[in-house]
Amino acid sequence: MRLSLAAAFLLALSLQALAPAQADEFTKADIDRWRSEFQKVVAEGRSLWTSDTLGTNGVACVQCHPNAANTHPETYPKFQKQLGKVAQLWEMVNWCLRNPLQGQPLGADDPRMTAILSYVAFERRGVTVAPGTH
Amino acid sequence: MSKLITRRSVMAAGAAGVVGSLTTLPISMVRLAFAGEREDFSFTYISDAHIQQIKGASFVRNWDMGLKRAVAEANLIKPESDFVMFGGDLAQLGKREEIDHGAEILSHLTPKLRCVMGEHDYYLDLGEYWSKLYGDHWYSFDHKGVHFVVLNSIIVNDDWTHHRWPTPEQRMLEMADLDNPNGSPFMVGEKQRAWLREDLSKIAHDTPLVVFSHSPLQKIYKGWNFWTDDAEEVQSLLQPFRSVNVIYGHVHQIQYNQIGNISFNSVMATAWPWPYPQSYAQAESQLPVLTVPMNRGDPFFERDATGWQLIDLHSGRVTARFQLWDNDLRTVAFDPAKGAPVDIAYQEPSRRRPPQSHY
Repeated sequence: MRLSLAAAFLLALSLQALAPAQADEFTKADIDRWRSEFQKVVAEGRSLWTSDTLGTNGVACVQCHPNAANTHPETYPKFQKQLGKVAQLWEMVNWCLRNPLQGQPLGADDPRMTAILSYVAFERRGVTVAPGTH
Repeated sequence: MSKLITRRSVMAAGAAGVVGSLTTLPISMVRLAFAGEREDFSFTYISDAHIQQIKGASFVRNWDMGLKRAVAEANLIKPESDFVMFGGDLAQLGKREEIDHGAEILSHLTPKLRCVMGEHDYYLDLGEYWSKLYGDHWYSFDHKGVHFVVLNSIIVNDDWTHHRWPTPEQRMLEMADLDNPNGSPFMVGEKQRAWLREDLSKIAHDTPLVVFSHSPLQKIYKGWNFWTDDAEEVQSLLQPFRSVNVIYGHVHQIQYNQIGNISFNSVMATAWPWPYPQSYAQAESQLPVLTVPMNRGDPFFERDATGWQLIDLHSGRVTARFQLWDNDLRTVAFDPAKGAPVDIAYQEPSRRRPPQSHY
């Protein structure tokens, strides 16, 4: 058993030396699929962004942030003076959900939070990443 | 509130720390321009309240408080303003309940109130209910030697208005989101331009002219309707006048510009601020280069980058005193030497503060 494991390990090493690892292989079809999966989530994010039911008072994110402007995803994580600590963008999203939208916060890994953050990042694409700035 | 007790203290605060302040125009210039029956006067400008019904008798508290605060403060100005303008978007979705609730708050104003039509007041019933309360969609009046014109600049083409949407509610919702690609560019339109031409034909060209519109009568960013499609045609009707001032809402931010004889000033919203269009990285926009931006809005403070305005008209030119609740006061005044509006504190790039450039 021990021997066969060692042999398999050696075999794997020698194969790696001969060809690129399988994990690094992807095709145009893969790229297209990943892009379309991402765009599906961006579209869900846009739909949440304009939704009057994300909070409880009918206010939508888009009312203050057309095209997700003035959200500055490129500056996070950053020191948020009102929180007194370095915070991530999802924490600010939750601040907005609780206050202007008078709603409930979302978990950091809630698919709706992922959709919101994907939409915000997509609208800001091309802007240089500048963490910790304002 | 401590910053705002009387008109005099407002003026002093606006002028504080400014070398060669424009708030103290040489008195001879004022007398010369307003010789005869004209005189210096001020009016109050409140705009973009976006009163939003949740259901029944409950409304979004945040937007209510902005309008209530502006009305309360405007009533404290001494000497009293000659009149109050409301610059449009009283309602969020044009509902009768929203217009009624907003009108109830505005009804506490002591000076006479006149209103401008905004797209949020219009696209549910095409301004019918608004009209019952505030009258014509466009009109003019004269006050102390100045001719005032109010335009409805948020009209779009007939197809979009009458044939595109299954219900009036859907039409209103499509227009309500600023960045909705299903929207349509605003315009004044041919019928109203013909009325304007006729209205102005009776006015001498040396009469100071003030035009109120909801959208900018200039082209800044089409994607958010910071735009009027027939702006050039409207401007050409105004250019023959020696001193023309256009004051507009809709943009929820400080903007100002000079095109020929026409000075442009925007006003703040009482509800919420909007980012400048250049902060949307995916499209080109043309904020007037003259404009020193307002501070970047910080949502942690509900009233940040919102407020109302006291407008002085002297020498036929606008001095806009922005009454800002969570920011230092700003004043944009016409500078006769430059022939354009300038911010009396922040115009020089070296005087600007970080939140005015961090977008």
